[in-house]
Amino acid sequence: MIENLFIHLRQELALTLLIFLLLFIKLGKDRSNESIMNLINFGLLLNLGLGFCCHEAGDLFNGMFTTNTLIVFEKDLLNLGILIISMQSYAWLKNHKQVIEFYLLLLTSLLGMFFMISSGNLLMFYLGLEMSTIPLAAAANFDLTKRKSSEAAMKLILSSAFSSSILLLGISFLYGSSGTLTFSILSAHINGNPLQLFAFILFFSGFAFKISAVPFHLWTADVYEGSPVAVTSFLSVISKGAVLFTLVNLLYKVFTPIANTWYLLLVILAAATILIGNLFALRQDNFKRFLAFSSIAQVGFILVGISASSQAGAASLLYFILIYIFSNLAAFGVVSTVSALTGKENISDFKGFYKTNPILSWVLTIALFSLAGVPPTAGFFGKLFLMMAGAAKGNYGIIIFAALNMVISFYYYLRIVKAMFMDENESPIQQLAIPAISKLAMFICVAGIIVTGIASVVYDYIYSISIGL
Amino acid sequence: MNLTLLILIPLLTALLILLAKGLQQIRTIGLTGALAQLGLAGWTLKLYLDQKAAGNKATYLFESNQSWFKALHINYHIGIDGIALAMILLTSVIVVAGILVSWTMDKLSKEYFFLLVLLSMGAYGFFISLDLFTLFFFLEVAVIPKFLLIGIWGSGDKTKSAMKLALMLMAGSALVMVGLFGVYYNTNTFDIVQISQQGIPVGVQKFFFPFAFLGFGVFAALFPFHTWVPDGHASAPTAASMFLAGISMKLGGYGCLRIAALMPEAAHAYSWIIILLATIAIIYGAFATMMQTDLKYINAYSSISHCGFVILGIGMLNKTSMNGAVIQMVSHGLMTALFFAAIGMIYSRTHTRMVAQLGGLLKAMPFISTVFVIAGLCSLGLPGFSGFVAEMTVFMGSWQNPEAAYRLATILSGASIVVTAVYILRATGRAIMGPISEEHALLGDASWNEKLAAILLITGILIIGLAPFLINHLIMPSTDVIMLQIEKITALK
Repeated sequence: MIENLFIHLRQELALTLLIFLLLFIKLGKDRSNESIMNLINFGLLLNLGLGFCCHEAGDLFNGMFTTNTLIVFEKDLLNLGILIISMQSYAWLKNHKQVIEFYLLLLTSLLGMFFMISSGNLLMFYLGLEMSTIPLAAAANFDLTKRKSSEAAMKLILSSAFSSSILLLGISFLYGSSGTLTFSILSAHINGNPLQLFAFILFFSGFAFKISAVPFHLWTADVYEGSPVAVTSFLSVISKGAVLFTLVNLLYKVFTPIANTWYLLLVILAAATILIGNLFALRQDNFKRFLAFSSIAQVGFILVGISASSQAGAASLLYFILIYIFSNLAAFGVVSTVSALTGKENISDFKGFYKTNPILSWVLTIALFSLAGVPPTAGFFGKLFLMMAGAAKGNYGIIIFAALNMVISFYYYLRIVKAMFMDENESPIQQLAIPAISKLAMFICVAGIIVTGIASVVYDYIYSISIGL
Repeated sequence: MNLTLLILIPLLTALLILLAKGLQQIRTIGLTGALAQLGLAGWTLKLYLDQKAAGNKATYLFESNQSWFKALHINYHIGIDGIALAMILLTSVIVVAGILVSWTMDKLSKEYFFLLVLLSMGAYGFFISLDLFTLFFFLEVAVIPKFLLIGIWGSGDKTKSAMKLALMLMAGSALVMVGLFGVYYNTNTFDIVQISQQGIPVGVQKFFFPFAFLGFGVFAALFPFHTWVPDGHASAPTAASMFLAGISMKLGGYGCLRIAALMPEAAHAYSWIIILLATIAIIYGAFATMMQTDLKYINAYSSISHCGFVILGIGMLNKTSMNGAVIQMVSHGLMTALFFAAIGMIYSRTHTRMVAQLGGLLKAMPFISTVFVIAGLCSLGLPGFSGFVAEMTVFMGSWQNPEAAYRLATILSGASIVVTAVYILRATGRAIMGPISEEHALLGDASWNEKLAAILLITGILIIGLAPFLINHLIMPSTDVIMLQIEKITALK
């Protein structure tokens, strides 16, 4: 039992240790930001390494906490994402007064996600979810001098509190109709009676809030715009990824008896999400708002993929999130560097960017092409496989719809490429000196974008550990 | 013979270009790579003909089939037949010519040559693919370089043209994607060979054929999806125009051909629509060209008309017309590349492409003017040049179709040649003949690289024009295989 505790909980324990270590450092004498950040990056890297050993499936605390190869892989993805974000925020955090507090919040949120993904019980799931959300709201406020940042924090906390309460109501109805909160027992009690369907709708709405699917997307743009770039990228990649992993787990394992019901729900939501996300992204000038809407559209594509509830669907989700971590973080990495060094965050500021910063321009271009799904970047494979999975049930209508929307999305990604490469600008952003560690982060992202697609082993591995209906 | 080399050489060239320093190094690497590729293509041709002469009856030679995404049954399956080989030869000739005419490109030369080579890599990969997924992958690989080439190095309203081209081609590939998914979900494979053996249910064909065919049709400038062609070609820098019209539009024609072969029932059922659209493209393209005053627009609109012949040949669904379509693709590729090269040479000297501002160029630049005239004569189908052979074959094929409507389409398309003659002779007369303006009188003639490029392309045109049996010998066996399948269906009806 006690060995199992250390094996199954190894990543959570390591993360907790890191958090406590940070607390003690805070109590002691002042240390330079750089050494603290190096320590944290090293810790995260170590934790990532822990994910690659001992892939035993098992559960703890009477099924409250479960783990298996798939779950460990999902945690590794999130951990990798955090590591990259942390490396990219170097320029921003180097002179920030509250580095330790920032990381405390970020790591606590990650810990919450780990527990959420591993949960085998609705209570555990809810605890994990809250633990991951509340610190984020505080972190959104970390541009201490900006009003918009505190506005974003306020909006985030209010909207997530609202969505959590809806989710809780759903959970309580589920409990009322089945008498249990444990996933494995719950699935046997799902029979599609009206109360359960109602509970499912509430439950699902809570999720839709977290992944900002239309019509629950309204908080996204404002929060993304106001938050510091590091938090924005965390929100758009890591926290969405974690919630999506859990959602698929629940849909494919617990709500299987009513699969036909949620299939339709997912398809409709997917179509609406893609379209609305795309249409709003067309006209944004602020880079973070733009990425907010584009990330909404991306979630729509993900919903298409998982709607068919096949193993290919679940695998494509994981694969896409992996690619999305690389592509979106590469884009945010450039935006974050530019924003930290010049304070500029608008797309129009990027006009003529290629003349002064060719390397950064190429990084951003590759990232955007990957987001748009253009080969040879990995995004092409990610999006294509999602759509292939979505078509598996013979629902070609949604595929045609999604394919046409890919063209719309192509326009707004190209718009930025156009601004960087083709538009003239009398006063472009000057040449930037990028910290080495941010360079490394960008390199990892670009390498990831190029390799994950063409090297099919990645997908084949993910497919082999995925679950389907 | 490992066909993957055809992708690896451009890839290697592109990577070396990234490492190179200075225009001199970059263009040398680019040219070396292109020449190596041309040599490789020639070598492949020799091996291919040897094998065929030795009695190898396989449809596709040099096949290699490796699993790529095992879980999804996606394979990296490559191999070539005569048609693909003809396209590869065409591409390699145009790439060499394109690099030669860009010899003095000093604006961001590294990026420029890199993108050119990347574009050609997409085309090679496309032509050797025997798996629809790989085919689609390479089709899209070629889109981004076009966008950047036009947007950065273009002229006129370049960003708008680049955007228009990229979006329309993307929309085309989105349609192709839907069509391919439909095929995949009803056969559980992307493999072209396997699909043509097991066949696709007729209902599925009829639903998905339009998506795939029209999708490729966008690339091949099929009416009404041709609007990217004039702006895109006119704004692009010379080599990019050559690549666009010479290679990229052929991706569309080739794709249409493969789709028609994969879904013969649907191709048969929809052939009247295909022919209708092709005829409109031919006539509309010809008349639209009459109204143009810019040399590049003239060639771009005439490309719409000429590519209409490719689609017409495919739509008629018989051996001769199919052959004609393939020859027309090769012929148009060479001819239009030559035309754009000549226009580029004129433009780089006179800094205008407006016919009205030119005149008497023959006096100042005899070589360039001759090249221009040859391209023009080939375009209007003068015997002895490739255009004649190609169009003649298409007409002979389509006349075999005895139905009145098809005959009418043939006659109408044939009549477009007269219009072609009008605009070509008019443009040639005004720009090349007549009195020369003072400022143009002192301009120099072609440099060695430009001459080399033109000679290379003209050689190709003459080979097809004077010895059409050579290319027929190459492609006939392969079109026969395709037609055998289609005729089985038509015989049943």
